[in-house]
Amino acid sequence: MSNDHFVRFENVDKSYDGKQLVVKGLNLDIEEGEFVTMLGPSGSGKTTCLMMLAGFETPTNGQIYLDNKVISDIPPHKRGIGMVFQNYALFPHMTVYENLAFPLRVRKIPKDEADKKVDKALSMVSLQGFEARMPMQLSGGQQQRVAVARSLVFDPKLVLMDEPLGALDKNLRESMQYEIKHIHENIGVTVVYVTHDQTEALTMSNRIAVFNDGKVQQLSSPDELYERPVNSFVAEFIGENNTFGGEVIDVSGDKCKVKLNSGIEIMANPIVAKSKGDKTTVSLRPERAIIDPENDMDNNHKGKIEEVIYHGDHTRLRVDLLGNKDFILKIPNSSNRMDIKEGKEIKIGWNSVDCRALDPK
Amino acid sequence: MSQEKILSSDGTPLEESLKKAERKNKLKAVLLVAPLFLFILIIYIFPIGDMLFRSVDDRMITKMLPKTFVAMEKWDGQDLPDEPVYEGLYEDLSVLKKNKTFGKIIARLNYEKSGFSSLIKKTIRKIDKLEEGNYKEQFIKIHKRWGQPEYLVALKNTAPNWSYAKYLKGVDLKFDEKRNIIQQDEDRRIYKTLWLRTINVAFWVTIFCFILAYPIAHLLATLPMKYSNLLMICVLLPFWTSLLVRTSSWMVLLQQQGPINDLIVWLGWAADDNRPELMYNVIGTFVAMTQILLPFMVLPLYSVMKTISPSLMRAGKSLGGTPLVSFVKIYFPLTIPGIGAGSLLVFILAIGYYITPALVGGASGSLISNNIAYHMKSSLDWAFASALGTMLLVGVLAIYWVYNKLVGIDNIKLG
Repeated sequence: MSNDHFVRFENVDKSYDGKQLVVKGLNLDIEEGEFVTMLGPSGSGKTTCLMMLAGFETPTNGQIYLDNKVISDIPPHKRGIGMVFQNYALFPHMTVYENLAFPLRVRKIPKDEADKKVDKALSMVSLQGFEARMPMQLSGGQQQRVAVARSLVFDPKLVLMDEPLGALDKNLRESMQYEIKHIHENIGVTVVYVTHDQTEALTMSNRIAVFNDGKVQQLSSPDELYERPVNSFVAEFIGENNTFGGEVIDVSGDKCKVKLNSGIEIMANPIVAKSKGDKTTVSLRPERAIIDPENDMDNNHKGKIEEVIYHGDHTRLRVDLLGNKDFILKIPNSSNRMDIKEGKEIKIGWNSVDCRALDPK
Repeated sequence: MSQEKILSSDGTPLEESLKKAERKNKLKAVLLVAPLFLFILIIYIFPIGDMLFRSVDDRMITKMLPKTFVAMEKWDGQDLPDEPVYEGLYEDLSVLKKNKTFGKIIARLNYEKSGFSSLIKKTIRKIDKLEEGNYKEQFIKIHKRWGQPEYLVALKNTAPNWSYAKYLKGVDLKFDEKRNIIQQDEDRRIYKTLWLRTINVAFWVTIFCFILAYPIAHLLATLPMKYSNLLMICVLLPFWTSLLVRTSSWMVLLQQQGPINDLIVWLGWAADDNRPELMYNVIGTFVAMTQILLPFMVLPLYSVMKTISPSLMRAGKSLGGTPLVSFVKIYFPLTIPGIGAGSLLVFILAIGYYITPALVGGASGSLISNNIAYHMKSSLDWAFASALGTMLLVGVLAIYWVYNKLVGIDNIKLG
């Protein structure tokens, strides 16, 4: 039974061929007014979930509730859900005005009222004056905005967006991220957003559901997701990550001792691997490891610089540390670190809190 | 101030050095195109030009009776002409007799006015016995028709080198003796019916093809690859089969003792001794042509539908359009270029279709092209066949023009 969640997936399974489950026992609650992103690699089932919500796919098992109503039997055109498609799906034979007026016309809204709504929706995406243009005459970004305006023009309570920014170039994508975020904040519509781009997800969402292998791996706010990933998939997928494989040999309070495959022992934070003898992958964010630590940290080791990669505002070092030749370090570009060269040995330290012992890979 | 000439770095004018640099490529392109160009010129443009020319060329009699027509120039065409015309006739016909080339002229003149055949034949038989001088009297003695002005007027009417009489015949019109355009005699009016039937058949075949092809093309474009490939082969297999084989198999199916008739009798729709005729009439033409021309409708439709993103229909539905509304407002308008291309293709092919109506059409199902073939092969009136062919060509070009005005030819998509 559903209890007051705006959207609720309840034990939803989906299989296309009867042999493989694309979505496995999915449970997901979305509150009204939230911006929830489904994030995951391709084939992880996130788009399938969106399509089931929109009504273009039927769940093989389980129920989906919208506003406390089971929606499995409601055809897509009666669900009243706005949708922005990956390739915008603007009707190429209609002008911008006709595109926006389409959902209003099929709802038999009188013309003067429809005109007002179209105008309002276009001003929301700052495209007034483009009514008479054909979609082909618009740039990618403009088409994208028309698609967003069209999905909002009939005042749906829920808008689904299926990788809407995938086709735009990087700068445009960033500005569109803010634009969509602001529209969401202004009108308070519930948005379910699908993307495989983690920065996009981190920038825009209230909550992110990380999908992999047909399951939600973690559902939490962006900072939570980044700072406290619950398993090694999430840690790998969101942001950059350094890993060490090993085995827990001792647990005391909120710290544990992990013996790495190279034989060296480090202190870590037991998250998944909590008891002695557990195999584990230890995850550490690059920015949490410090070169030449001044005060004593839980872990202090020496590494050899393998490669220096210049990135403009910061420099990345690839270091051979504790048997991991791909250990990445980020250092800000300031003038006092010009002595960093390939082949040099440096001291690296980090705290056990930042070093999370997760499930083994 | 005149514009300064831009020089390339070695001092020659830029335009010139560009030409020089491009010359080799241009030459290569011309050489690559040359075989096709020659091919088209020889077996396509030249025959069509010849056909157009033949349909209006009427120089044969003028060439064969040169002296007669020179003499006739002075004749007013009212009463009987004077001696010089008959003298010219005597000399011209003597030459024709000596060369034994009078066959064509008899056919042509008899077409102009019946009765010429026996007139010329008799004259030629007796022409050696004529004495010099006073040919007019002697000619009238050979055959009294030489004394009737209408025959000589008819002869004079053949004088112009160019004539559109064949085109008039093609629409059941003709010249009378005074060169007024009048309706063909009632029992000879067949071409208007034939044209109307041809257009009618082409139109309905196009409609049937459209109705049958649209769902197939849609399935082809939307089914998963492994089914759509199979379906595609089902569409193309008949396309690859010989036209003659397909038409003959329709003959097997449609004949009175054939399986379709058996089925109709078995279902009780017709009595066994009163089997419907499905062949050698318009029904046979419709059925066989629709099946044969179907791929020409399916393929352009498919190629257009393939480019329509499925998310457009989804967008239509998610915006609140029922499946029907989404189809009518979104999907259908986007397929119009394919419908146009397919219809144009099927209609143009159907309007000139020959083998199928010839085999399954019978008398009431034969089309204009069958008549053209008849005049090419049996009546040997090539000029008339050419005229009919030209009319067909002009008709097709007219359809093309109308289509261009209505839909725009650049909207067409064949693949």
